[in-house]
Amino acid sequence: MKTFCSVWLLLSLVELSPAPPVSQEPPLACTGAPGHAPQSETAEDMASTGDLEPTHYPARRAATVALHYLNTHHGSPFRVFGLQQVHKASAEDVAAGGRKYKLDFSVTDWASGSEGPALRCSADVLFPQTERHSGPEVQLRCEALQQINRTAQEEHAFYQRYISPDSAVSARDIPDSYGNVSEEMQPFWRLARVAASFIMLRESSERTEFNMAQVASVAQQGSSEEQLMLEFVVLLHDFPSQEIIQWKLLASWSPDRGVRVLQTEWQPRCPHATKPPN
Amino acid sequence: MKGLLVLTALFVAVFGKKTFEGDQVLRITPKDEAQISLLRELSEQEHLGLDFWREPVHESLPVDVHVPFHSLQGVRAFLGYHQIQYNVMIMDVQDLLDDEEREMVKYRSFPRSTDDFVYTNYHDLNSIYSFMDMLVAENSNLVSKIVIGQSYENRPLNVLKFSTGANRPGIWIDTGIHSREWVTQASGIWFSKKIVTDYGRDPVLTDILNNYDIFLEIVTNPDGFAYTHSRDRMWRKTRKPNSGSSCVGVDPNRNWDAGFGGAGSSSSPCTETYRGPSAHSEPEVKAIVDFVKSHGKIKAFVSIHSYSQMLLYPYGYTSTPAKDQAELHELARKAITSLQSLYNTRYTYGSIISTIYQASGGTIDWTYNQGIKYSYTFELRDTGRYGFILPANQIVPTAEETWLALMAIMEHTKNNPY
Repeated sequence: MKTFCSVWLLLSLVELSPAPPVSQEPPLACTGAPGHAPQSETAEDMASTGDLEPTHYPARRAATVALHYLNTHHGSPFRVFGLQQVHKASAEDVAAGGRKYKLDFSVTDWASGSEGPALRCSADVLFPQTERHSGPEVQLRCEALQQINRTAQEEHAFYQRYISPDSAVSARDIPDSYGNVSEEMQPFWRLARVAASFIMLRESSERTEFNMAQVASVAQQGSSEEQLMLEFVVLLHDFPSQEIIQWKLLASWSPDRGVRVLQTEWQPRCPHATKPPN
Repeated sequence: MKGLLVLTALFVAVFGKKTFEGDQVLRITPKDEAQISLLRELSEQEHLGLDFWREPVHESLPVDVHVPFHSLQGVRAFLGYHQIQYNVMIMDVQDLLDDEEREMVKYRSFPRSTDDFVYTNYHDLNSIYSFMDMLVAENSNLVSKIVIGQSYENRPLNVLKFSTGANRPGIWIDTGIHSREWVTQASGIWFSKKIVTDYGRDPVLTDILNNYDIFLEIVTNPDGFAYTHSRDRMWRKTRKPNSGSSCVGVDPNRNWDAGFGGAGSSSSPCTETYRGPSAHSEPEVKAIVDFVKSHGKIKAFVSIHSYSQMLLYPYGYTSTPAKDQAELHELARKAITSLQSLYNTRYTYGSIISTIYQASGGTIDWTYNQGIKYSYTFELRDTGRYGFILPANQIVPTAEETWLALMAIMEHTKNNPY
């Protein structure tokens, strides 16, 4: 048993370039409208207007959207923000349809130790009411963001290490089933989280609340225009529907240009497709 | 085959006590005979200390070579100069070995007592069931195991009963009803050890147990749990097939007869919140329903989930406030104040429907409607950073702080009999 597990574990770690999860001929009953989490049936529209309880879900969902926006703009391999607390929230209906939330909240940088200093932010989040889904619009102000440049050195070192032509990082399941992320993979996890934020932001509505559950795989592609090129497969978790939604994406990063997401592709995730054990 | 070679290297490493820090394994793809000759020449350079896992044989067959750190620059320069294509297959051999060592240690330890058991890691179903038997054997005057039913795949549904006398009212705690929420089963294990440790030592718990029985179902969804180990770490539901669909499983927290079928659950078997064909259709749920009804004197019921850091009370299926809302709200506040006192972990609290989302057919809505006033659901750590895959080093801190909240609820239950 032990030998088998050891051999198997080594084999699973020593993979060249992970294939995206196989989904050949998904059974007809495979779930998930492309790009959107299936909703629990007609959840009553509990969203209210006026002052909102900051710890309850309407405010929290809007704050999560603002958080994704923050990460798309300021995230890096050495900086990714998490929501710490919502202090105040209110919502109002908007003339053109839709609802606008005003939020006062704090975030922390997950990259700075166990609990870094909290950053205070305020945001307006507008969920438009349109026939086809269109992403929320966010205006965001956070204090002292510009002053955080302590990561410049780490970013530079990371960039130098992996920009070389023969670098070909590849890994699966970050974290693994037990929550482990190796030291080397931490920046890649953060990059995935930042890149995933583009998708999570775009896909958000008042009925969703996204987190990144796991990085299923990362595969470095050949660098292009001096950008690190990474292909990620990420698993997103939508809280209200409890669905796990899988996206493949191609992202670029450099210290100068930051994170850009070049391609995204929703991948059907059929629960009965066989998958290697973790 | 490659696996065996790697394994051999591993054993050599372990017994030879060499270090492989900074070493890499390169996968080289020679494209013609000339490149193969070059590689053969390279392999003859003894001072480089190269270890070919796969020899240069034929063009376009990959050549795997373990390159010691001191030779890396030279080898890569050689390959670059001759335009020989290669990939870095293993970035750092020592890292790999260290990981593997850790894995092996995990598998090596078969605890012989609950004092030996590793609470700071996640375990599989067999280990947890063995743990339960050990706990009972070591504390047979206090703990017994009841089998309240069978899962769909015929696994026993085991409940630990902590009791110091007959005919007592009871307090119920369950963990792992959603199988991917691993920190909950792990916490359940810790709670059970905590109870036997503290009985006779902690006056509050001792007093509780001298008046109430505690029932603890650690793996409430064993089929799902086995599946998270073998196939899909993100599996939530039961594993019962659904007729007319190729999708498997029912959400056991939408399957209870409380607002069953209403908004806040799904009618599609392929969704995570599928309510099932009828209320209590899942044997895992029915077993608890039958147990609670036949017991007749359960006075507090706590169902534990992750993640979100919340303590919730009924209702989930309706916005009509529970009759005892004020008391439940105040008790929740006290409980999470206790919880927070340990590691400053912030929890939110409130009714399910207002705090988290509308959910119909939920466990504690049913138990509350059965007359079990102190019905609560926990959502443990964290708030989304790791989510379901909470690092194992957070198991014990999570269990410790949650225990303080549970004690607050149990103590209040004991002090307010009804």
